[in-house]
Amino acid sequence: MTDAVVVESLVKTFGTTRALDGLDLTVPEGSVLGLLGPNGAGKTTAVRVLSTLLVADSGRAEVCGVDVRRDPVRVRRLIGLTGQFAAIDDYLTGRENLVLFGRLFHLSRSAAAQRADELLERFELTDAASRIAKTYSGGMRRRLDIAASLIARPRVIFLDEPTTGLDPRSRLSMWDVIRDLVRDGTTMLLTTQYLEEADLLASSIAVIDAGHVIARGTSDELKASVGGTRLELVVDHAERLAIAADVLERVGDGPPSIEQSDRRVTVPVTSGAGVLAEVVRQLDGAGVGISDLAIRRPTLDDVFLGLTGHRAAEIEADPEPAVAGADHRDGGRS
Amino acid sequence: MTDLLEPAIDARRGNLLADSWLMTTRLLKQIVRVPDLLVFSTIQPIMFVLLFRYVFGGAIVVGPHGGYVQYLMPGIFVQTLLFNGAATGIGMADDLQKGLVDRFRSMPIARSALLVGRSISDLIRALLVFAIMLIVGVLTGFRFGDGWGGAIGGTLLMFGFAFAFSWIGIMIGLVVKTVEAAQSAGFIWLFPLTFASSAFVRTDTMPSWLRGFADHNPVTVVVNSVRRLYLSPTNSREFGVPALGSQLLQALLWLAGVLLVFVPLSVRRFRRMSR
Ligand SMILES: Nc1ncnc2c1ncn2[C@@H]1O[C@H](COP(=O)(O)OP(=O)(O)OP(=O)(O)O)[C@@H](O)[C@H]1O
Ligand SMILES: [Mg+2]
Repeated sequence: MTDAVVVESLVKTFGTTRALDGLDLTVPEGSVLGLLGPNGAGKTTAVRVLSTLLVADSGRAEVCGVDVRRDPVRVRRLIGLTGQFAAIDDYLTGRENLVLFGRLFHLSRSAAAQRADELLERFELTDAASRIAKTYSGGMRRRLDIAASLIARPRVIFLDEPTTGLDPRSRLSMWDVIRDLVRDGTTMLLTTQYLEEADLLASSIAVIDAGHVIARGTSDELKASVGGTRLELVVDHAERLAIAADVLERVGDGPPSIEQSDRRVTVPVTSGAGVLAEVVRQLDGAGVGISDLAIRRPTLDDVFLGLTGHRAAEIEADPEPAVAGADHRDGGRS
Repeated sequence: MTDLLEPAIDARRGNLLADSWLMTTRLLKQIVRVPDLLVFSTIQPIMFVLLFRYVFGGAIVVGPHGGYVQYLMPGIFVQTLLFNGAATGIGMADDLQKGLVDRFRSMPIARSALLVGRSISDLIRALLVFAIMLIVGVLTGFRFGDGWGGAIGGTLLMFGFAFAFSWIGIMIGLVVKTVEAAQSAGFIWLFPLTFASSAFVRTDTMPSWLRGFADHNPVTVVVNSVRRLYLSPTNSREFGVPALGSQLLQALLWLAGVLLVFVPLSVRRFRRMSR
């Protein structure tokens, strides 16, 4: 398999900020790389360099073997970019937006119209096609935005935080859209702040912080590095802790750890819901009262903690990462 | 679905003319769909016409036989077109802020098409605005007095001037990058420029320190040239409008100077966005 995207020792500074500090990446053709990192990690900067919007200070970046610096015009013909914020013309209708972008890719009038209709259909925007984009919901804007980046049938797609700011429902439908593209063999570089998203969509993940990669691997490998999924149980009486630990030992994947002080037992597990039901049944049988029981999946924060020993900068403690971050609207667009 | 992903075969290299035209039509649609901008860029000058013509007009003496509306309208026209031109920068900032400029820049299109398209569409909007103001002028008593040649010449001069100054707006839009900032930064400097000029009152009524500025203000020389071209020679003489020659020369020098400085500066700024 050849690499569709190659990035080597990429450096980009803004004043004294080293946004990219020796970034190395490869995305094999037909695969999806999840670029995972907290605010300010350099995700957008990396995407902007690869999509010829920014020129790096040093290092090499190639798309389908074409150097982004030496031949940006050719690169632009190979890529589709969906930036961190939906970039569509508010005053054009959905269809007009797509036709405009098609025409700008020098499709004929009829080819552009046909292509626009195809994509509107594909992204379930046909009903809204003749409304101006200003009236679209956030999820619809995002879908139109992604449709726009597919106009010229790009070989490589860059998606910069495609679900940040979407409500849970739109997020799910966006995931469907992306998974379809993945299934069709699109080469994709996808940035995200959520491990769950990378987990679901990417074949491999690169965790970046401060402009360089601090870990790479499949999502399983990354999760394993921070202990994987855990089951956490809090019992109501401290004297039952030992019995509870026995139960968890049986259903869990490894030795349980006991925290006497807060009556908590934790055990690594692989499958989520099934285990939960089993634990409840067994604890009930053993007469152990439960005051709290939960499956904890590793979050980006856990990965960070595991990898660097410190919590990810600027990421707030977030009980529900899948729906949070809706107001993430700053960013390094220049 | 697989066919969505075939490589782009028919995408050719950017073509400045075709791309500029696409950009122009995109923005023209905006004018039709969001008439606010058109309305706001005409309501203010219409208020000005009514205010100066009927409220202040009686107290402003510009010549022995009155006729303030004749004096006023060329000033209003120039002011209106200048403000319209400054709005170019707001649109530019809007596209930047929304990330549309990034999208366009990531596509294989001639990059200057963005600037050219905006410039042309704003010129077309200027034509609309001018037509409306002309009707308002005629309704309030304004008449051309120097024949078709003068009327056309004066109009061309104003449009050229507004076009040149719209590049200052584009530059401001490219620098400030947000609509709000472009709104204030794009207009604020136009107020002293248009009011401390001969647009509304004769400069010889101003204190001498201000008059020095007003007489060399680009707005003054353009408004004076337009008066000489729009009004009858008697009218112009009564209003004390300086002779056409020197005013027109200065106006054209300003026009050329602004274009020579701000077009390359904006284009360079646009190119350097990838730094
Ligand atoms: N145009 C710019 N000028 C100055 N600094 C910039 C610019 N763009 C990015 N930076 C800085 O570079 C660093 C990396 O920014 P970048 O936008 O790439 O991060 P990110 O990983 O995309 O973050 P987020 O999750 O917030 O989108 C940040 O410290 C940011 O402030
Ligand atoms: Mg970003």
